[in-house]
Amino acid sequence: MAAKARKITTVEKKLIGVADIVIDAAQRRRDPTFAIPVRSLSNVTFDEKKGLIELGRRKQARSFFNVGMAKKFMQTVLVADALCELQRANLTTSLREIYYRSKHTIKNSHENTLDTQDESDPLIEDLEVTLAALREELHVRAENAGSVVGPLVLVDDGDTVDCARLGKGGYSVPSIVEPEYLDIRRCTADFVLLVEKGTQWNRLSEDKFWRTHNCVLLTGNGQPPRGVRRLARRLHDEKKLPVYVLVDNDPWGYYIYSVIKQGSINLAFESERMAIPKAKFMGLSSADPEAYELPRNVGIKLNDKDVARAKELLGYTWFQKKDWQTEIKRMLSSGLKYELDALANKDFQYLTKKYLPHKLKEKDWLD
Amino acid sequence: MAKSSRKKGRPEPAAQPATPKPAVSAAPKPPVSAVEMGARQREISVSEFFTKNRHLLGFDNPRKALLTCVKEAVDNALDACEEAGILPDVVVKLEVAANGGPPPPASQASRFRITVTDNGPGIVRQQIPPIFAKLLYGSKFHRLRMSRGQQGIGISAAGMYGQLTTGKPVQIISRTGARSPAHFFEVQIDTKKNEPLILEKKQIEWEAPRGTQVTIEVEGRYQKGRASVDEYLEQTIIANPHVKLTYLTPEGETKVLPRTYDQVPESPREIKPHPYGIELGMLLKMLQDTKSHWLSGFLAGDFSRVSPHLAEEICKTAGLSPRARPRDVLGQTAENLYKTIQSTKIMAPPTNCLSPIGEQAILSGLYQQIKGEFYTAVSRPPAVYRGNPFVIEAGLAYGRGPEQAQEDQQKQAVPLAEGEEADGNEHELARVIRYANRVPLLYQQSACAIFKAVLDTTWRNYGVTQSRGALPAGPMVIFVHMASVWVPFTSESKEAIAEYDEIHKEITLALRECGRRLGAFLRRRERAYSEQSRRDIFALYIEEVVESCNRLKGGRLPVAKLKEQLHKMALKRTGGEKTDQVLGKNGSGPEGLPHSIIVTPDGVEGEVPKIIAEPSTTVAANGNGHPAADDKGAEAAKGAESAKAAPRAEAKARGHGKARREHAGRVAQGRKTDRRPRSAHPTARSKARARRGKG
Repeated sequence: MAAKARKITTVEKKLIGVADIVIDAAQRRRDPTFAIPVRSLSNVTFDEKKGLIELGRRKQARSFFNVGMAKKFMQTVLVADALCELQRANLTTSLREIYYRSKHTIKNSHENTLDTQDESDPLIEDLEVTLAALREELHVRAENAGSVVGPLVLVDDGDTVDCARLGKGGYSVPSIVEPEYLDIRRCTADFVLLVEKGTQWNRLSEDKFWRTHNCVLLTGNGQPPRGVRRLARRLHDEKKLPVYVLVDNDPWGYYIYSVIKQGSINLAFESERMAIPKAKFMGLSSADPEAYELPRNVGIKLNDKDVARAKELLGYTWFQKKDWQTEIKRMLSSGLKYELDALANKDFQYLTKKYLPHKLKEKDWLD
Repeated sequence: MAKSSRKKGRPEPAAQPATPKPAVSAAPKPPVSAVEMGARQREISVSEFFTKNRHLLGFDNPRKALLTCVKEAVDNALDACEEAGILPDVVVKLEVAANGGPPPPASQASRFRITVTDNGPGIVRQQIPPIFAKLLYGSKFHRLRMSRGQQGIGISAAGMYGQLTTGKPVQIISRTGARSPAHFFEVQIDTKKNEPLILEKKQIEWEAPRGTQVTIEVEGRYQKGRASVDEYLEQTIIANPHVKLTYLTPEGETKVLPRTYDQVPESPREIKPHPYGIELGMLLKMLQDTKSHWLSGFLAGDFSRVSPHLAEEICKTAGLSPRARPRDVLGQTAENLYKTIQSTKIMAPPTNCLSPIGEQAILSGLYQQIKGEFYTAVSRPPAVYRGNPFVIEAGLAYGRGPEQAQEDQQKQAVPLAEGEEADGNEHELARVIRYANRVPLLYQQSACAIFKAVLDTTWRNYGVTQSRGALPAGPMVIFVHMASVWVPFTSESKEAIAEYDEIHKEITLALRECGRRLGAFLRRRERAYSEQSRRDIFALYIEEVVESCNRLKGGRLPVAKLKEQLHKMALKRTGGEKTDQVLGKNGSGPEGLPHSIIVTPDGVEGEVPKIIAEPSTTVAANGNGHPAADDKGAEAAKGAESAKAAPRAEAKARGHGKARREHAGRVAQGRKTDRRPRSAHPTARSKARARRGKG
């Protein structure tokens, strides 16, 4: 790849465009301004047909000659500069390294260009949205925060990885799983099970659930990172596998499911590529404690934050289906939330041996 | 009254026999007869009382004792000089007294010899022993006149303390004029009788033509910092800029605190008590002691603000004959008279008996002693509490001085790492310096009416941060002075002012005025800073943006051109010339704040004091007005400092001239419209207009 005479990539062109905005504005004696799409609830719409959360058209102006924005403007240009450098060197890097690369003391002063990473991270997202370039395309990776195990063969950097032969630990999902980097060579599974928590994933992996039920087990250790979401989406698209989601029974679990299914508010511009509108909610449902006879004492009382969040969810357009409204309201009226781990109250292997087989057999899931 | 109410009120507990003396019934000892008890009773002399209760006079611990001794001696010296109309020139000398063997270093020593010399009127020979060796002997107690000392305890108590701790007598040299001889005395106090014991008296040769010198050897501890001798002297100079003070420290240094104000404070007049200010017992005593033969004559003659006409009216209302003999007015009649007096409308006492420091003098004191960027002073009109007239004066010094501010900026040149913060000394709390009749109060700050009034002032209104129930934060010194014929102290050691509503109110009003001026100054500075930083922001960021763009474009960018284009836009957007005006860069004048000084790196504006003509070398060395040699580096810095002092002095001279001219202008316009800036300066006028518009 490197041997070829380097062509200017489209992303690089887009980044150089940032400089052009400044130069053009200066020539025309205008205030240099970027128009950045607004990333907030007020600027996302839910496309019911596609089942996706999409970014609206509202944009915010970030101008240089505005005391409140001048620093952010300057930082945006600096980050763009660092990202362009990555493109030219054909390297990938982390958010933190971008922060360090762009940090220095401004000439003739004792002011730093950036003080904390919290300042540079949103700027990268801003650039992603503004330039319509994906984070992977910008060569910025997140941490490897997910694992996969199952009848799946991948090719990563020329190495063939058979996810059925990786023991209990499985394969650590890289943050960039685009076809150029990761090839799905073969997959014989019948479905994908995406588990919220690493502990439950370990339980399933140890019990070889994937073998008995012929599935791919994925986890994102909490809110799944882009790599995990993208991999699930690719398996869904390319291998036509249904995706089931297993999360805790609390508002945050519901939201994780909705992010997998419809996309997130903050990364609404990525929904098209990441969301899996056909994903199903396997559990834990607020109906499960009764159905599976979980004693009340393994529940946890909803705190004020939980209740507030649940009420927020009730208002989201993508939670308006009748089933979902009853699901959430049932949780609120019980006043309790349940962790997946609570199933161990019945038996250590209750999840593997009883709960999931029963659910799959009964097709007891929410859409 | 109390008794009768008790009878009417609760049921008598006397029904229970256990109440009288439970101790006696418990102890097997035989009861003591009244005769035996009577035999044990005896008179206690004041001196004995205070020997046992020396903390009441401020001799609680060795450190405080040293300060109290210096304080009493200096107060006496200043009172004497001022009463005689002499500009005081006081030398304070602290020496380590070797108790056999080589003297230990000052910080370790436990014995000190204090010598205070003044150029006052001197003391006549016969008066020397009682003044210095008899408690409660003095000229100040029996008259209502503003002075530092009040009771006549101070200096003799200091002598007694010395005598008690070191056994050494007090030595006095005094001379009343060049033609009279100098007298030397060594006196001790006979604590049983409260009478002076003269150990030695002789005529000696003395180099000073006039004045008094007191030497006391005491047990003490010398420590710098809060409530130290050094602090006391520095604070004394702030409130007494007409004093020249030379301080020879026990470490062998000589500090000269120069005189910056060349008028002796107007000598306060003595007044008679105001009828509202006395209690019944006091009235009874005055009735007995008076020289008047008629009651009306007594009222009119022994009180202030009681005219003969009013006296007759009081007598009539009280149902007494104006011709009654005062000595015959006793018991119930006296009480009636007292009540009548209290309910009669009487004019407030005269206030010309007070001699406030004055705004000018406070300003010079603060300016000379405290480094800052903004100074202001307020003198309230006289007010009255319990029939005693008083005046509250407040002053304020804000900031760290331009040199320090620049230094701070240089210190911050090290870029900050993540999580580090620029320490903007905002955590530092304001310092309150309190005075009563020009004497600094160094102890019991939190019990003092002044301190409470400072806490009760909402400084946040004036742009200063302040946590709930705390002092305002920031580099600030708050000066408050109470001048009165009788300052109500909470104890004999004169450390805190009692909280009368009238006093609290006056202090608060004075502080508010200071605060308003400070607020105006801070707002102006804030405005200037934000304009400046707006401009700076763009200038700084343009560099970064252009460099980044250049790199993005692969280094093929006409950098200089882009920079110039952006700079032009920046200047246009930050108001260009107009901003310069706001920043005061083109010499727009001060902002109509009365009695204030503003110090900027470019110079000084306002009523800047001049150092009073001293030998020119001293002026140069102390040009900044801060006590010379305040740290080890001073010697090394001396060269640099004198070099610095020259341009500064010039700036000061300029400022002074300007201030004088302006002051004259203000006086000519009269004081009626003093609040509005009336300067002829176009900018000042427009600013005033702007302020009005906002309001």
